[in-house]
Amino acid sequence: MKRSTLSSDEKAAARAELRHHQWLAFSLVLPLLCFLLFSFIAPISTLLLRSVYHPNVQQLIPHTIALLNEWDGHDLPNNNLMIQMAIELKKLAKQREAGELAQEINRNLAGSASQIKITARQLRQIDDAILMHKGQTYLQDAHPAWRDKAIWFAIKKAGQVFTDQYYLTALDLEKNAQGKIQSRQDINLYIALFLKTLKMAFIVTGLTLILGYPLAYYLASAPARTANVLFIFVLLPFWTSILVRTTAWIALLQTNGVINASLLWLDIIKQPLPLLYNQFSTIIVMTHILLPLMILPLYAVMKSIDPCYVRAAGSLGAKPVRIFLTVYFPMTLSGLSAGILLVFILFIGYFITPALVGGTDGQLISNIIAFHMQKSNNWALASALGALLLLFIIVLYWLFDRLTDPNKLKLV
Amino acid sequence: MSSFPSYYTISHKISFVLLKLFAFLVLFFLMLPLLIVIPLSFNIEPYFSFTQGMLKLDPNAYSLKWYHAFFSTPIWLTAIKNSLFIATASALLATTLGTLAALGLSANTMPFKRFIMAIFLSPMIVPLIITAAGMFFFYAKFNLVGTYLGLILAHTSLGIPFVIITVCASLKSFDQNLYNAARLCGASPIRAFFNITFPLIKPGILSGALFAFVTSLDEIVLVLFLAGPEQRTIPRQMFSGLREQINPTILAVSTLLTLMTILLLISLSLLRRNEKAP
Repeated sequence: MKRSTLSSDEKAAARAELRHHQWLAFSLVLPLLCFLLFSFIAPISTLLLRSVYHPNVQQLIPHTIALLNEWDGHDLPNNNLMIQMAIELKKLAKQREAGELAQEINRNLAGSASQIKITARQLRQIDDAILMHKGQTYLQDAHPAWRDKAIWFAIKKAGQVFTDQYYLTALDLEKNAQGKIQSRQDINLYIALFLKTLKMAFIVTGLTLILGYPLAYYLASAPARTANVLFIFVLLPFWTSILVRTTAWIALLQTNGVINASLLWLDIIKQPLPLLYNQFSTIIVMTHILLPLMILPLYAVMKSIDPCYVRAAGSLGAKPVRIFLTVYFPMTLSGLSAGILLVFILFIGYFITPALVGGTDGQLISNIIAFHMQKSNNWALASALGALLLLFIIVLYWLFDRLTDPNKLKLV
Repeated sequence: MSSFPSYYTISHKISFVLLKLFAFLVLFFLMLPLLIVIPLSFNIEPYFSFTQGMLKLDPNAYSLKWYHAFFSTPIWLTAIKNSLFIATASALLATTLGTLAALGLSANTMPFKRFIMAIFLSPMIVPLIITAAGMFFFYAKFNLVGTYLGLILAHTSLGIPFVIITVCASLKSFDQNLYNAARLCGASPIRAFFNITFPLIKPGILSGALFAFVTSLDEIVLVLFLAGPEQRTIPRQMFSGLREQINPTILAVSTLLTLMTILLLISLSLLRRNEKAP
């Protein structure tokens, strides 16, 4: 019979030792894990929660919402509900919060903001006891649209605490009165923006590829001394501040900027060209910003290709085009896919450059997220759009992870 | 590249010259913005284009007045102070936490290595606008929006992936036996770390710290969402300058920042050389 080399006591001791080492390693990681949990993971989770959890309206008019949840929607809400609405609206008017409610409801029913504000203004002066009695009359006298079911549907919808409506809006969908999901007839806003972002991402990725591949090939095949010097011209722009590069491009592309002034001086054009604040400038500047990220992985891969393969193919009689297509190009595929995905991923999440040089035409999906965060205060919609963008990027990044080896990149 | 191998045909040579030409054009495209900004920042006129005088190299067409404006405007001086303070604090925090974690991650016994690594690298992957929105929601609950602490936390998160990558890379080439030998000779873990491990992985730690510092210094999206009027940084000031009144002071700032980039690149490549030398 074969005897185990370790006694059971020794095995237990070894296991305890291993567990001790695991704890030791883990305790070194723990501070950073806790830090990121607070500073980064929790914020992202809050954003994801915010995209489905929207208690604002429910907090503003809790009793009305509670009654509306029982309302069947066949007839107008009963007097009891209307009275409750009048009382809560008056309370909001006193606290100067009626505008907030108006903004929320207006997202579900365009034009209802003024109705709510006008009514709130009129109800302000009226005594609670009177409202208790015939609030419905005051409500309907203030604005006839309170006799319409549409406003009540809009309030009921806005009062839902957990909702998928912001995801539907982000995908240009809506629920009809029967609760079936359908596409929105009136506008096709966000899908169009997602598609525009993708289209421009393809263009910029294509341009960086066309410009970057030959340059990377040249740098990889040039003598080491030349290549090292020329590589500085790739790394210097790469490390320069994004804002500096964007500033420089504004100086170049402005109506009275360097390019227009030179073209006018050379008599090539008679009028300055509109080069800035459109899709064109976004594409040019983004190509410039992302080009080094295409060159770096391509260069890393090309540098590791043994020139013997190309020479061998040549001495066996293959023509240059055939050598490139069947021997060289396939060996660069890993760097190529890394560069393409890197540029693509960074482009679709980019915010600052389109915001500065894009005008209205060159705005991307991240700019509309910023718009809903800062201007329209529709935070739930911004969160839903952000969550969709994040999902898309995680899928792309997963692809990136499978296709590349990050240790090979030369960044300095 | 005048000497081609003798077996090269004419078409070989022509295509190589064309390739070289194309490569230089692309390099020119890459360098063009920087080449334009530097001379324009000395323009005496408040324009973003070259004046007749500048083209004739007339010394009167050039001036240092935008640099003077930069260093004498209180708002820019506050911006410099804010940028340096936030970048230094977040680089220090990111380097300390990141180095500790990298030491743990490089241990063979570390459980859930891949998963934890993914968490540490995630701030680099998530688009900044999403990070900014999430932080705005979450930090508001703790009254951290519009405070230095909030910005430092935010920028530290962004710097951590760089520290993890560089320190893990230098720990990979570090021979663990050296540390074990020190321990066997009776050194405490802390002493063994500071006398043996730390000096050997120092270039990695320093370049990680530099990366984190630059990331914070150049960051604008999180600043736009989280900073109050008191925390205006240089990029924030440039951003509003570009949006509101375009003024060549921004070009002077750009030139100074570019100079800083050059210094940074030099120090990073020196660090790399040190790491390779022994």
